[in-house]
Amino acid sequence: MTFRFFQFAAPARYYRLAGVLVPWCWAAFALLAAAGLYVGFFRAPTDATQGDAYRIIFIHVPAAWMSMVLYVAMAFWAAIGWAFNARLASMLARAIAPTGAMFTFLALWTGAFWGKPAWGTWWVWDARLTSELILLFLYAGFLAIVASIDEPRRADRAGALVAVVGSVNVPIIYFSVKWWNTLHQGATITLTTAPKMVSSMLVAMLLMTLAFWAYAFAVVFTRSRAIVLERERHAAWTADTARAPHGAAAATGAPT
Amino acid sequence: MTWNSASEFFAMGGYGLYVWGSYAVAAACMAIEPVLVAMRHRQARRALIDEGTA
Repeated sequence: MTFRFFQFAAPARYYRLAGVLVPWCWAAFALLAAAGLYVGFFRAPTDATQGDAYRIIFIHVPAAWMSMVLYVAMAFWAAIGWAFNARLASMLARAIAPTGAMFTFLALWTGAFWGKPAWGTWWVWDARLTSELILLFLYAGFLAIVASIDEPRRADRAGALVAVVGSVNVPIIYFSVKWWNTLHQGATITLTTAPKMVSSMLVAMLLMTLAFWAYAFAVVFTRSRAIVLERERHAAWTADTARAPHGAAAATGAPT
Repeated sequence: MTWNSASEFFAMGGYGLYVWGSYAVAAACMAIEPVLVAMRHRQARRALIDEGTA
């Protein structure tokens, strides 16, 4: 039963469920981003030492968090797909990778635009920045290896190897500001200490983080639905689903 | 309220280039990616429909 769930039922059921969730994710993203930007630009005060340049934090920190969270999620699903021969998990890993890479790029880009006014330089080869750049290369490596192997399941396994080995880098990024003497400041938010920020700044940052989560879910669900259709095109349910008016409704998921 | 006028808002206390340079690129990325994935999904659906009718 479990075997069949992984092997067949999952993609069809997942396709429909994800299709239902996507509009809700977009609605949540719109509301959270609007609220976060409002608080960030109109309620949070100007920083005493950094002026208004600090407002980059409202996208920089959420993007950096997403870059790491999505990498862990990608490695997790790639590993599940490999260990349990679960196709859907491998497809999910592939669907997460481009969005994770995009957030990694944004973390680096906004970091450079914050580093220039704060430190006087766009880039330094500091432990935090360098390990985040390596994360971008790991995403690129995953995407490249998966794209370069024609046989889908072999590509999934090769990608999983890259993703799992590369996940060593995530704690390195996170602890880099503690382990090495870096130009990058330490963690603003930790689980063990009280936040060292004005509450409106904190609220804006958390709202933007939730907005980015909603965005990531919406995009990853949509991309994974496309991947499911591309990969499962010889299964009976996909043809029915594609012809249904909204792509989600008709398929019964019971192939003959 | 932090800002007294729109121009003050856009100036960002002299850091306009850095703040808007960050936000503009983030907004562009997060506008383009959803369009690309939606196109990919639509293409996958159309390919299946074509295959079915051919």
